[in-house]
Amino acid sequence: MIVLEKRPQPSKAWSYATPVVAVIATMVFGGILFAILGKNPIEAIGTIFWEPLFGEFAFYYRPQLLVKGAPLVLIAIGLALGFRAGIWNIGAEGQYIMGAIFGAGAGLAFYPLDAFYIFPIMVIAGAFGGWLWAMIPAFLKVRFGTNEILVSLMLVYVAEQMLASVSLGLLKNPEGFGFPGSRNLQSYDSAHNAELIAGSGMHWGVVTALIAVIFSYILLNRHMLGFHIRLTGEAPRAAKFAGVNPARLILFCLGLSGALAGLAGMFEVSGPSGVVSIDFNVGYGFTAIIVAFLGRLHPVGILLAGGLMALTYIGGEIAQSQLGLPAAAIQVFQGMLLFFLLAFDLLTNYRIRAARSEVA
Amino acid sequence: MKFTTLLASAAMALGLASGAMAADDKTKVGFVYVGPVGDGGWTYEHNKGRLAVEEEFGDKVETVFVESVPEGPDAERVMTQMALEGADLIFTTSFGYMDPTINVAKKFPNVKFEHATGYKTADNVAVYSARFYEGRAVQGHIAGKMTKSNIIGYIGSYPIPEVIRGINSAYLHAKKVNPDVEFKIVWAYTWFDPAKEADAATVLIEQGADVILQHTDSTAPQAAAQEAGNVVTFGQASDMSEYAPFPRVSSIIDDWAPYYIARTKAVMDGTWESANTWDGIREGMVAIGEISDAVPADVKEEALALKAAMAAGEYHPFTGPIKKQDGSDWLAEGEVADDGTLAGMNFYIEGLEGEIPQ
Repeated sequence: MIVLEKRPQPSKAWSYATPVVAVIATMVFGGILFAILGKNPIEAIGTIFWEPLFGEFAFYYRPQLLVKGAPLVLIAIGLALGFRAGIWNIGAEGQYIMGAIFGAGAGLAFYPLDAFYIFPIMVIAGAFGGWLWAMIPAFLKVRFGTNEILVSLMLVYVAEQMLASVSLGLLKNPEGFGFPGSRNLQSYDSAHNAELIAGSGMHWGVVTALIAVIFSYILLNRHMLGFHIRLTGEAPRAAKFAGVNPARLILFCLGLSGALAGLAGMFEVSGPSGVVSIDFNVGYGFTAIIVAFLGRLHPVGILLAGGLMALTYIGGEIAQSQLGLPAAAIQVFQGMLLFFLLAFDLLTNYRIRAARSEVA
Repeated sequence: MKFTTLLASAAMALGLASGAMAADDKTKVGFVYVGPVGDGGWTYEHNKGRLAVEEEFGDKVETVFVESVPEGPDAERVMTQMALEGADLIFTTSFGYMDPTINVAKKFPNVKFEHATGYKTADNVAVYSARFYEGRAVQGHIAGKMTKSNIIGYIGSYPIPEVIRGINSAYLHAKKVNPDVEFKIVWAYTWFDPAKEADAATVLIEQGADVILQHTDSTAPQAAAQEAGNVVTFGQASDMSEYAPFPRVSSIIDDWAPYYIARTKAVMDGTWESANTWDGIREGMVAIGEISDAVPADVKEEALALKAAMAAGEYHPFTGPIKKQDGSDWLAEGEVADDGTLAGMNFYIEGLEGEIPQ
């Protein structure tokens, strides 16, 4: 019989090994899945992980990894701070949408004026939009003790309705023949979040994501506030004795994660996407939760996890068109990644032991 | 930094060159789908068109597709990927792919693009769509005759001209045969989401609708109607004949195969040109699925006559007198709507209740 035995101390080795083991297990079981679908598993896995990085057209896919990964990393960094303190912001998708609406709205308000200060104003507006949306669950939690998981999640659906509303009304392109969707910010230079170096994929969102990783690392390891965040998550009672103000911490964590999600939305709408449309959001806010956990809530880990997630998206599309794999198989593959991560995570806190069955 | 830019552009040039070389032997045709190929509606029919292209040209053609591609930067990446890998012709089959298609087309002047249901063209971007509203006229006629509660439910996807045109056409022809008819419209804000579509159908049925029309792509509303019992539905985009003879009493079928074959042929022959195609029942791009025996014989006959009149070009679904919802005149007696107004239709006709979401 096999029993689980709690480790006296969480295993440091396993906490580092888990993501790697999870990725390998995903490859193995994903390969089996692809084989059942009648595809060569080695070729399929190879296509997903190799093609975007070193394939014939890697010069195009590598920059795309940045474009796809940046919003994930930016959002996940914010979420991870809260998660560490036991503050669960599940509504980053909504904050992402509001950031895009505020950011694009601020830019379009100036249309067609050409000025250097428009883009910075949009950045501030985008962060503000996300912050504002996250402040609703934060305030309700602090004031009335509501559950931030439920409130932030429900607000995603409210944000989606607002997105539909502005796409059809307030921000609708007056030259769009009655079709929903805003003007394309890509063709409005002052508001365009263009690539900093053509063909590199590097836009301001990527830069901001990298800066966020660095600041988050410093905050968690070198700053009192970071210590309070970790302490609250690991030992709430000790945190109380250490004089941590829980209300302030909630406002800070939710506010910051909201602002970062808002920034991600703003950089996306003014750059790769270009338009505020009903279907603008594609789930970055939810995927970022996976990225945060896959990265062990650690800034550097999140950076790597964001890259890995982007890789499965882009590689998955290549596998679809080259090998005819169905989209659902790719989604199952991505799901496996989180599943195995959580499963192997058990080994951080427990060890498996073979035990003789004893008479009760 | 300069060096990497140089490298990137050199690689890009190489990529383009090899893409062009690959084009020499086989014609490669790419398809970008908004839903899964198994949606049973919109994407399913586009995929049937793709298979028809394969069947027609055999070894001379290679097709690739990517399904469930979100409308936005992801679509742009998928199109670029297809172009890089040597596609000669790419069909992008959803309205939201419009700007991405134009962006990618700029980067690949030698690749031809075909965007469904949009309005932006370029030298290497053609647009095509079907006159679904002709099918809606037949549907409206049958719906008006079949309803007993006089309430017809309509599941709208997005309030874009194509969908509004369909609502107007269906309402106009339902009203003609049943002056008491009333339309209830629910906006689902999705093309494909079985759960949402089923919810919308259930809400409409609970509000008394006994006919459900849909502009979304899945068969979920059909299933909801079947469960409810006495509710009539129509197949959308595809025949959805698995729900015949009841609740599905007829359908509007989008038949893209002839168009896809013709356009692929044009690329092979080097005669492809950008165009704006808008075909209907007459050209066969819109077909009416078999009207089942659940429909009384006389109604079926009228519906078929209506279809025949449109096929012969004798009847236009939007023929005056028609007023707009606010009571102002739109079309005078005998006047026929022009394509420009239809293409950008953003108003309800007189009698419809509610507002187009703004």
